[in-house]
Amino acid sequence: MAVRAETSRAAGLTLAWRFAALRANGFPLIPITILAVLALVAVFAEALAPHDPEVGVLGERFKPPAWQAGGSERYLLGTDHLGRDVLSRLIYGARVSMVVGLAAVAFAGTLGTALGILSGYLGGWVDQVIMRVTDAWLALPGLTFAIFLAAVVGPSAMNIVIILGAVYWTRYARVIRGEVLSLKERDFVRLAIVANCSKWTIMRRHILPNVANSAVVLGTLMLGVVIVTEASLSFLGVGVPPPQPAWGLMLADGKKGLMAGYWWLTVLPGSCIMLMVLSANLLGDWLRVKLDPQLRQL
Amino acid sequence: MKTYILRRLGYSLISLVLLSVTIFLFVRVTGDPAVLLVEPGASKADVDALRAQLGLDRPLWEQYVAFVRSLLRGDFGQSFYYRTPVFDLYLSRLPNSLLLAACAMAFSLLVGIPTGILAAVRVNRWWDSVGKIFALLGLSMPAFWVGLVMILFFSVYLGWLPSSGSGTAAHLVMPAVALGWYFAAAHMRLTRSSMLEVLGSEYVKLARLKGLPEALVIAKHAFKNALIPVLTLAGINLVIMVNVAVVVETVFAWPGIGRLLYEGITFRDFPVVQATVLLGGAMIVAVNLVVDVLYAVIDPRIRYGR
Repeated sequence: MAVRAETSRAAGLTLAWRFAALRANGFPLIPITILAVLALVAVFAEALAPHDPEVGVLGERFKPPAWQAGGSERYLLGTDHLGRDVLSRLIYGARVSMVVGLAAVAFAGTLGTALGILSGYLGGWVDQVIMRVTDAWLALPGLTFAIFLAAVVGPSAMNIVIILGAVYWTRYARVIRGEVLSLKERDFVRLAIVANCSKWTIMRRHILPNVANSAVVLGTLMLGVVIVTEASLSFLGVGVPPPQPAWGLMLADGKKGLMAGYWWLTVLPGSCIMLMVLSANLLGDWLRVKLDPQLRQL
Repeated sequence: MKTYILRRLGYSLISLVLLSVTIFLFVRVTGDPAVLLVEPGASKADVDALRAQLGLDRPLWEQYVAFVRSLLRGDFGQSFYYRTPVFDLYLSRLPNSLLLAACAMAFSLLVGIPTGILAAVRVNRWWDSVGKIFALLGLSMPAFWVGLVMILFFSVYLGWLPSSGSGTAAHLVMPAVALGWYFAAAHMRLTRSSMLEVLGSEYVKLARLKGLPEALVIAKHAFKNALIPVLTLAGINLVIMVNVAVVVETVFAWPGIGRLLYEGITFRDFPVVQATVLLGGAMIVAVNLVVDVLYAVIDPRIRYGR
């Protein structure tokens, strides 16, 4: 008995010590934990949510959170203007934000990286064309451009992913192109040329793996921007369409109870957005320093 | 110098052309522009009349030339909702947006520059960490959410400030803070890094060596030079502020360009949406051109570089 307590305490100690060592290295433990929890919540939303996020009980509108006067245990974080459970909507909202955010970043990353490699490696008129388009698109304020596209194609989660990808690929293209320009002067690329590799093979086998780090770093940093933009679009009514529980949409609905002081409808979804963006930014900052010394001053 | 300016001018023109081509093509590729550009609930005859007027049966490039020609005349079409030319509408809202952006900029500089300098002078100390946390929060909180929470606090609970509308200085406070919040963090970060760079330079070392008090070194020698990149960024950001204020203006019902864009979306008033995006992009292309040319005037290395 005593021995078991001793070993488990020792195990606890080493675990704590390991965490401390990780923290000392600047390892972003808290951001990664938050993101992991949010990801788990998003995956297991059905099991976790106590109520249907899209169906409310009209008799139970604007119920405050459980700990406030008038709140009930049935709705831990209160209900909104249609009597829908806020906690369940937040849980499903994590799924919407995660899926839209990751898909948009993946789309923008693939497009931007591919164009950046083509532009940097092929040079010449291909480079000119891609870079001029990149410049022109960079000139548009991302949010306004996204709103315009959303207004043209109409709101849906799928469209939002495409729109965000179409707006944000430019940043990838810029940075990746710069890296490719220096990579293609390196010996291993010259050797590949001498060995009669085709341009396609060189770009795929020799250039792409070497810019993958930067692409990952950029993607993590972009995740925050993309999530905020998605929330803004949803807030304005051109993002994820209404019955779905997106955090930005919840904030838009929360405006209906704002002047009455129903704080939970505004504070809670916004805090979720902030937590997610903050974690992504911290993780991105750490990855940037860790993976890619060249990007430190970015 | 002349060739440099001409080349930059050329790039800007290309940007503008690509901008208009993008917007022109998106409207036509993704659906029937006649349906977008005609009033909601219009009859079939109206749609056909507009189709003929836009020349949608003609080849694309001819349509584009006509599109650009009308833009150059300042003709951005008619607003369905207000029944006035969109361009006039835009100009009537512009002063409000500029006022809001100027106040937000003042806020962001008043907060960002002093905190940035403090963080640089006390680098890696307590104050620097506080500054880092502040900057991270600023960059992670959506501006419109900051606005909503402020309304909750200062309008609903405390009753100090009006929650929406315009007219008095009190109406400006919260929108300016909400809009300037993000930029304050960005300006702080840049002030810190720029100040750190200047503090490490030779002439600051000289000033210290000749025995000047540290406060004087920072205030007189370092501060001025550290401020140059910050003010450049601020100039560009002012224009960006005018164009990204959509959500903040919507939250506070501030009658600027952003609010106009929002109205354009909610009333399905497509000419308004199109014009706001086009003019916003043009504004940013223009300010980038001005900054680049000014830089070339100040710094010969840029002029003679490739």
